[in-house]
Amino acid sequence: MARMKFICDAERCIECNGCVTACKAENNVPWGVNRRRVVTLNDGVAGEKSISVACMHCSDAPCMAVCPVDCFYRTDEGVVLHDKDVCIGCGYCSYACPFGAPQFPTNGEFGLRGKMDKCTFCAGGPEANGSDAENAKYGRNRLSEGKLPACAEMCSTKALLGGDGDVVADIFRTRVLNRGKGSEVWGWGTAYGKPVQTSMAAPTEVKK
Amino acid sequence: MRGRALAIALSMGAAVLAGCGEKPQTLDAKAKGPDAAPWAASASSPFYAADWKGGDKAAWEAQIRTRNQGQNDYAR
Repeated sequence: MARMKFICDAERCIECNGCVTACKAENNVPWGVNRRRVVTLNDGVAGEKSISVACMHCSDAPCMAVCPVDCFYRTDEGVVLHDKDVCIGCGYCSYACPFGAPQFPTNGEFGLRGKMDKCTFCAGGPEANGSDAENAKYGRNRLSEGKLPACAEMCSTKALLGGDGDVVADIFRTRVLNRGKGSEVWGWGTAYGKPVQTSMAAPTEVKK
Repeated sequence: MRGRALAIALSMGAAVLAGCGEKPQTLDAKAKGPDAAPWAASASSPFYAADWKGGDKAAWEAQIRTRNQGQNDYAR
């Protein structure tokens, strides 16, 4: 079973915002809401690095832990989704998320917030796959069409990799070995946990 | 007669006091959860990937692997 994950290769991202545009177009994301955005570190300084950030569909998602109405769920593919019929727009998830993924459309006067909106890994929501209701609330369900997220598939430099975690990690590893640098995957440890080091040469406890 | 008046008064009192009770505030709405697996066949979608048809888990996984390799420029 595939476990869906994102990796953004900072050595390749050219800050073109193609992923942002692809996401907005594919999912009809309204003005003021960006499910995905490009963040540039040390902007304007030689050696600046850009990364594309959205919901990482964390293994132990903090948004799920803090939601007071329990509107989140995880699919068998590891995609963290939410039910907009249950969401009350409280904003707790946005405080808990280390990636700033949850977005809130302005819904009326006095800063009233609407239902939370975030990246769905192009996997829609609880409505029937590919239905109009699902499309209206969550956008396209590309996974059920045998496709991967539009942002990753549209990335011109293939900086943003999205799909089965083992496969995208292999692709990234091959790149790093070929170029000999840029092995940092920002957000990977935060989202999916630190790798567990298991060594055959680990010291064994000596019985006394 | 007096007992009947007492019974009416008591029932009216109970009815008035019932208005002072609290409504239940238990949370009964839960996330519906995933509807169907992504490989489950839905109504014939015009958006299916060109070389894939819904309904077969193994075929879906193979399709996803193929699409993943489309992001691997060392394998092209």
